[in-house]
Amino acid sequence: MRPLALNLLLAAVLLALVAAGLWLGEIRLTDAQLVQAFSDPRSGPGEILWAIRAPRAVAAAVVGAALGLAGAVMQGLLRNPLADPGVLGVSGGAGLGAALAISLGLAATPGAIEGAALAAAVATGALLTLLAARFREPETLILFGVALSAFAGALTALVFNFSPSPVTLAEVFAWLLGSVANRDWIDIGRAFAPMAVGVLLCAYAARGLVMLSLGEETAALSGLPMARLRAAAVAGASLLTGAAVAIAGIVGFVGLAAPHLVRGAAGGDPGRVLLPSALAGAGLLVAADLAARVIPTDLELKLGVVTALFGAPLFALIAWRAARSWRG
Amino acid sequence: MTAALSLLAATVRRGGALVLSAASVAVQPGEVVGVVGANGAGKTTLLRAALGLARLQSGAAKLGGRDVASLSDADRAALVAYLPQERRVGWNLPAWRVASLGALSAPPAVARTAARTALRRVGLADLEDRGVLDMSGGERGRALLARLLAAQAPLLVADEPAAGLDPDAQLLALDLFREEAERGAAVVLTLHDLTLAARACDRIVVLHRGVILADGPPRAALAPDVLAAAFGLDGGLQETPAGVVLAAGRRRLH
Repeated sequence: MRPLALNLLLAAVLLALVAAGLWLGEIRLTDAQLVQAFSDPRSGPGEILWAIRAPRAVAAAVVGAALGLAGAVMQGLLRNPLADPGVLGVSGGAGLGAALAISLGLAATPGAIEGAALAAAVATGALLTLLAARFREPETLILFGVALSAFAGALTALVFNFSPSPVTLAEVFAWLLGSVANRDWIDIGRAFAPMAVGVLLCAYAARGLVMLSLGEETAALSGLPMARLRAAAVAGASLLTGAAVAIAGIVGFVGLAAPHLVRGAAGGDPGRVLLPSALAGAGLLVAADLAARVIPTDLELKLGVVTALFGAPLFALIAWRAARSWRG
Repeated sequence: MTAALSLLAATVRRGGALVLSAASVAVQPGEVVGVVGANGAGKTTLLRAALGLARLQSGAAKLGGRDVASLSDADRAALVAYLPQERRVGWNLPAWRVASLGALSAPPAVARTAARTALRRVGLADLEDRGVLDMSGGERGRALLARLLAAQAPLLVADEPAAGLDPDAQLLALDLFREEAERGAAVVLTLHDLTLAARACDRIVVLHRGVILADGPPRAALAPDVLAAAFGLDGGLQETPAGVVLAAGRRRLH
């Protein structure tokens, strides 16, 4: 498929899903109410549409796009189909930041959890960026990432250990499960700057990712400033992941599955797979959030639970189909 | 004339062991130089040292007369194109896309034409849209060779370019390197097949445990005493109607 056609198709699917996200929900809006919502945003139906459903759908789309893009960048950088946005420990770092903020009693301060998650992700990302510029082999980065992830996990467990009350514990846990419920435009706006910088860095790194498909040494002699491009890829993916976790908590599988969903159609090129991965990630997460809302349960399903529940089998299917193209 | 590639008393250590010991070599434009030696003799290390990929403990490495450590990424790529031994490709890119990565600095349309031309030269004209992971190992090797050719660099360095190719493709690859030398490029190859090396190269550098044992025209560089010392082989090169052939057996230790 031509890149433009693929991107247009994915964008159309995403728009349809966002529209469905506005239309469907706990309260069924009649046609008259929908018209009212559009003509008078301050009316009851208008509030539901513009203050609850729209930011929620947009948050899901933004988080999904960030995770899809970050996942595609990580897979390209590490030349590894199993890589995902969290593989280098950025999600773990962000989760630790949020857990710390909650257990310190900052949950009521607007933006405190998000800020702590993003700050921790940026710190982790900065460390990884230094390592990426220094070490050429993807294996080295992966090993550092595993160590960082484990360390962040251990510190998060320590936060649980010392958490003052079961309520705090439950709060941290609920946050870590991931959700885009009750997000407002301010929450999304806060993530805009880090995400925009992340997107620019990833776009800059794209040509390096293509070259890396031929191996580290070929890339090193290709004339591209590989050390800089590698650093940009890690920094960009870290910012995107950190900002996504700051909005929605830890949402798995989207960043892993989205690139595989579109890779074949994008001709395998790890540079050209970036935009389709972002669009597919956005679509997947809006759909998952829709499922979380419309599946009737007493307590609303958490987004991270839905993506893992549906994502894991779906991913197994994609992997089975795509396994052929991984054999080198 | 400035040497396209030169090593001056280059020494490389890896994990404490001396893998290249005071090696000096110069390759001129228009010349095809073969680097041969037993496994672990330091062939790849010699190439990597010359390209600035392996850190020198002492000595110097120059490309086009300029110290390789001082070259920017872009300047180095303008002076040399490299085909490493590693043939793994990360994703299923079509052959034309792989070949076009050789002409990275050219506009996309020019790069695509260069890729097509190069794929035709390596005999993959019919497979230019095929994904490289859907190809056989030998076909993938040819696609990667096409990328090297598409670069049109003044120096071509190829590590085991004949490995995994069928006999016809091996001869084709070496013919292509000869064509590149005729257009004025310097060519450095590592080869395991000594018959192939003797036929294709103007000069052969024989490595043994990180030391250059011989450097000269094939008949001199692959003289019986060198073959015995570097490879443990008994025998020598012989002229046949079809060209030079290595006739040798394993040396028996008495």
